[in-house]
Amino acid sequence: LIICKVWKREVPFFLPLAHLRLCNMKLQYEEEPSQPVAQSQYPQPKLLEQKPTELLTLTPWLAPIVSEGTFNAELLHHIYQPLNLTVGLTAFAAGKYTRFVQHFLESAERFFMRGYRVRYYIFTDDPQAIPRVPLGPGRHLSIIPVPGPSQWEEASMRRMEVISMHITERAHREVDYLFCLNVDTAFRNPWGPETLGDLVAAIHPGYFTAPRHQFPYERRPISTAFVADGEGDFYYGGAVFGGRVARVYEFTRGCHMGILADKANGIMAAWQEESHLNRRFLSHKPSKVLSPEYLWDDRQPQPPSLKLIRFSTLNKDTAWLQS
Amino acid sequence: CHILPRPPKGPRSLVPGKGRAVPETKCLLFLLHRQAGSLPLLLDPAPVLPFPSPLSPLEARLIDWFDLLARLGFDPWIEKIPWKRKWQPTPVFSPGKFHGQRSLVGYSPWGRKEYVVFLRLFLETAEQYFMAGHKVTYYVFTDRPADVPRVALQAGRRLVVLHVGSHRRWQDVSMHRMEMISNFSRQRFLREVDYLVCLDVDMKFSDHVGVEILAPLFGTLHPGFYAADRQSFTYERRPLSRAYIPRDEGDFYYAGGFFGGSVPEVYRLTTACHQAMTADRARGIEAVWQDESHLNRYLLSHKPSKVLSPEYLWDERMLRRPPLLRRLRYVAVPKNHAEIRNR
Repeated sequence: LIICKVWKREVPFFLPLAHLRLCNMKLQYEEEPSQPVAQSQYPQPKLLEQKPTELLTLTPWLAPIVSEGTFNAELLHHIYQPLNLTVGLTAFAAGKYTRFVQHFLESAERFFMRGYRVRYYIFTDDPQAIPRVPLGPGRHLSIIPVPGPSQWEEASMRRMEVISMHITERAHREVDYLFCLNVDTAFRNPWGPETLGDLVAAIHPGYFTAPRHQFPYERRPISTAFVADGEGDFYYGGAVFGGRVARVYEFTRGCHMGILADKANGIMAAWQEESHLNRRFLSHKPSKVLSPEYLWDDRQPQPPSLKLIRFSTLNKDTAWLQS
Repeated sequence: CHILPRPPKGPRSLVPGKGRAVPETKCLLFLLHRQAGSLPLLLDPAPVLPFPSPLSPLEARLIDWFDLLARLGFDPWIEKIPWKRKWQPTPVFSPGKFHGQRSLVGYSPWGRKEYVVFLRLFLETAEQYFMAGHKVTYYVFTDRPADVPRVALQAGRRLVVLHVGSHRRWQDVSMHRMEMISNFSRQRFLREVDYLVCLDVDMKFSDHVGVEILAPLFGTLHPGFYAADRQSFTYERRPLSRAYIPRDEGDFYYAGGFFGGSVPEVYRLTTACHQAMTADRARGIEAVWQDESHLNRYLLSHKPSKVLSPEYLWDERMLRRPPLLRRLRYVAVPKNHAEIRNR
């Protein structure tokens, strides 16, 4: 599969305009518009200041770890707004999960990438069950039919395949960035351009204080998702990942290949897709990591180190859902 | 898809597929209608195309046309023959996070007149500490190519001497750096290297400087101002200058002696600075710290994707080393300023 023209604009930036202007004897700089980006007033960043957050702010491979206090939202908005980006959001709502879509979309309309162009892609086996939620300007909803899942695990294993196919068929033309989220969740606070990056992962809320040997990695060497003891950076949550469309394609395709290989060997990873996602993020490190503010579990009490929960999974009866 | 197509050598038609020569004036007119465009830079990392993006046939021909002009003598920056040592390509460790791109780094140490004397120490320490294990091309701009020292280079590294004109004032030397890097980025760096690191030559390396610095666009914190308030940064404060920054603006004071990024980004930066300096000259003004002032103006509006701490540019004689700097990697070499600058 080949992706052509993934980036929406191609600008020839090495045209020698400067050379030409020198050749022109009359310098006409008076009429030129002066400076590019409009300046917003914001406090000076200080190298020696006290740490803005208790959390680690940079991974050992120099990827930022995003949490409240590490960025200035208004400044980022000034930088990203003029770029006219389109951000995609995928969610799978098959079987009984269709009942989460309403709340998911309504909360996304309130908090997800306000002020940017957004495309929601809802994958479902029952398009009629998807409610029509009113959307703001520049925001569109696409409902994509997929075959119904026979089993709950089966559904979660096919996501990677479906997302990678969808990117090649559609998303690469329509969006610049793509986030893949679980649908049984809701946004609680602003989720903005601080999350945009080449390849973005989110730290799982249940394991961010745990040592690596307690991470629920797949521990059977026969699986392609196997992670040995003594390895591991963070335990990332399968409910949130994203990045540039091309990178998400490579990522989901890689995970899908691993899942297929395991299937051929008759093994299913301990946490299905999430195990494969973690294996992949270990070898292909994310360029940006989101703190558990961006993937929280409502059943857990909020610790003081997390200042602002922006996205969380809903309390629900999982037994009923999986039946 | 990461390899740029080399434009074919030799005289041929400038219009693709037509087989007839297009007069140069037509090309000039066409260029006037195109906008070079200065897309703002994102923080992680730029969505503006990462370095290798295939040249369209027209772009390849335009670059070749300017090469032709240079060969005909229109361009004063005539390149000398490459240094005699033969460059042997060797397998190179490419860290995973750069996704298999060639990590070939070009440098432009600034060697003019008496500065050539610093070049040996610079190159010897660079061989020890700079990008060890990676493919490196040193581009040395100098008005005295014969004085460039012969330093033993490791495998996969080569030195290219670029002969440029002299200037009487050191300020002019500093100012023309932007113009030359811009010209050479277009003419050759784009095709030869992935990242460009622009360094002062009156310095030496004293500790590891590696791929951790590479980014689409990076600047280095000036060692004299990393703890200072923005009001006391030595930005250009006269509104008449294109490098003007008001007192209540500014993130950091970046040093003019260590900046870089991908070749397209460095080209954009140096072109913008050069245009701004030319505009200032037309108005009869010279920014207080010449190209450093313009660099700071540019990096305020086009924020770098990475910033290097003062470990990466330090002066031990002028500044007491604070405990927070655990390693000093690139430090000034003592010299007699007055003696060297305006002899």
